[in-house]
Amino acid sequence: MLTEYEISALMLSLKVAVVAMLTSLPVGIACAWILARLKFPGKALLDSLIHLPLVLPPVVVGYLLLVSMGRKGFIGEHLYDWFGISFSFSWRGAALAAAIVSFPLMVRAIRQSFEQVDLRLEQAARTLGASRLRVFITITLPLATPGIISGMVLAFARSLGEFGSTITFVSNIPGETRTIPLAMYSFIETPGAEAQAFRLCAISVIIALLSLMASEWLNRKAQQRVTTPC
Amino acid sequence: MLTINIDTQLGELALHLNIRLPMQGITAIFGRSGAGKTSLINIIGGLLTPDSGEIILADEVLFNGELGILKPPEKRQIGYVFQDARLFPHYSVRGNLNYGNKDTDSAHFDRVVKLLGLEHTLKRYPASLSGGEKQRVAIGRALLTRPKMLLMDEPLASLDLPRKRELIPYLIRLAKELKLPIIYVSHSLDEILQLAQHMLVLDQGKIIANGPLQEVWDSEQMRPWLDAKEQSSLLDVTVAETHDKYPMTRLALSNDTSLWVNNLSPEPGTRLKVRIHANHVSLCRHSPKQTSIRNIIPVRVCEVFESVCGENVQIKLAIAGNYLWANITPWARDDLQIVVGLSLFAQIKSVSLTESDLASDKTQVSHT
Repeated sequence: MLTEYEISALMLSLKVAVVAMLTSLPVGIACAWILARLKFPGKALLDSLIHLPLVLPPVVVGYLLLVSMGRKGFIGEHLYDWFGISFSFSWRGAALAAAIVSFPLMVRAIRQSFEQVDLRLEQAARTLGASRLRVFITITLPLATPGIISGMVLAFARSLGEFGSTITFVSNIPGETRTIPLAMYSFIETPGAEAQAFRLCAISVIIALLSLMASEWLNRKAQQRVTTPC
Repeated sequence: MLTINIDTQLGELALHLNIRLPMQGITAIFGRSGAGKTSLINIIGGLLTPDSGEIILADEVLFNGELGILKPPEKRQIGYVFQDARLFPHYSVRGNLNYGNKDTDSAHFDRVVKLLGLEHTLKRYPASLSGGEKQRVAIGRALLTRPKMLLMDEPLASLDLPRKRELIPYLIRLAKELKLPIIYVSHSLDEILQLAQHMLVLDQGKIIANGPLQEVWDSEQMRPWLDAKEQSSLLDVTVAETHDKYPMTRLALSNDTSLWVNNLSPEPGTRLKVRIHANHVSLCRHSPKQTSIRNIIPVRVCEVFESVCGENVQIKLAIAGNYLWANITPWARDDLQIVVGLSLFAQIKSVSLTESDLASDKTQVSHT
């Protein structure tokens, strides 16, 4: 049904999106909690920095990644020297680009759900002998699950669609960085490949629909328990 | 003993408190809304930090501003039952109860569940519980942490009257059976009379009165809080005997003074607290003969207070080591020429029981 080329692009896209989503999740939860619960000087700056990828042109994000995280970049150089990790021209770079571009969406959704968690329930848990950490794990996090799920789905969907920063940072290498959007771009650029482009377009639509439906289902399950006020 | 000596500014309200509260029985904190009642127990529970001062529970320092000691709420071993039950919606009743339960053996759990009548709710989730059930789970959840003290912030305020009636007997059993000191915030004098042995009155962040319930109740500081409808006396009595012909029980106030009330279940010798409304007490200069009223007791006038608007006169009467309040009109006062020191006879029309028999709903016992 699918050609080998399509399967390779699809699997790569899924891998990049899943890795981007999962690795940014702990950082996203931490940033969301800090923004939702703490007051400190410079909070507005942190908030703006987190949201920056949302408003910057993706090509700018890609360029910044290239100069900072590339093999010769001021961070990437040390990462390669010390740990042997390289993002340049590899799927890891595509995942990094996707994670950064989708990060603000994830943080926004999770932050909103943290803000909705009733502080009075957290107080009650403290009077029952629970430390701040236990309160976070047993009360705050479970009650924020619906928001965390929608944050993850938004980030996943945004990662699947990432194009501009990926092609700028890690180029368009078949089997390594050529995700579905990049593959589609290649077909559109190739005369007479409209049919292949259309097939990839259909695959994109189907994945997007499936992930939205899955998030809706997960959300309903999570909501059942946490919405009723007591 | 719980010693609180703190100063703190909370928005408009300045709290300056220097009090000692007993570590036994139920201590009521009474006051209007905005008087600082909830702030005070939040400070005790560690949810609010005072600006300066010291809080000592038994011999443990919970807070000391100078030394920079501040125990977080989870280290204080003080249970807290909030006005809204604050159950965790994602935990079952069992999960809520066990949230702070560190006991491995289930005997204490079973006992608390039985005491609060929660046997049939354990598998349910908070959303499906009634208001009274939620509040009972909240109480059980606090009890299972084995607290040294329990704070209750108007736990009945959000409930309707039948639910209140349902919960009050549980609270009485709690204080008696578990011997747990309870600090009980309320703006309902009825609740306080039914439950408390010790009372603290707060107004605009300041202590108006603090002492045993009866003492505070009879004190001058308390009078502005009680309108004519609520003005009443509290008397300690002992169940003495049952009438051999009529279904009446004699309650002894002292060796030679007693009250007759409709038949009561407690055994002779049981100590009770009864409440007599000042409006249900009338006064005579001579012992009335041939009256339907059974309780006619010799009293002596201690003090006479005219109410602010001059509509009625409150008379504080000495009765067998206690005080009895009577509400009369200025006209009656002048007619009877009531002055301090005068000996009179009080006719008591009805007596309410405060602590006992609440479960069976026999709170009001009339006997004219």
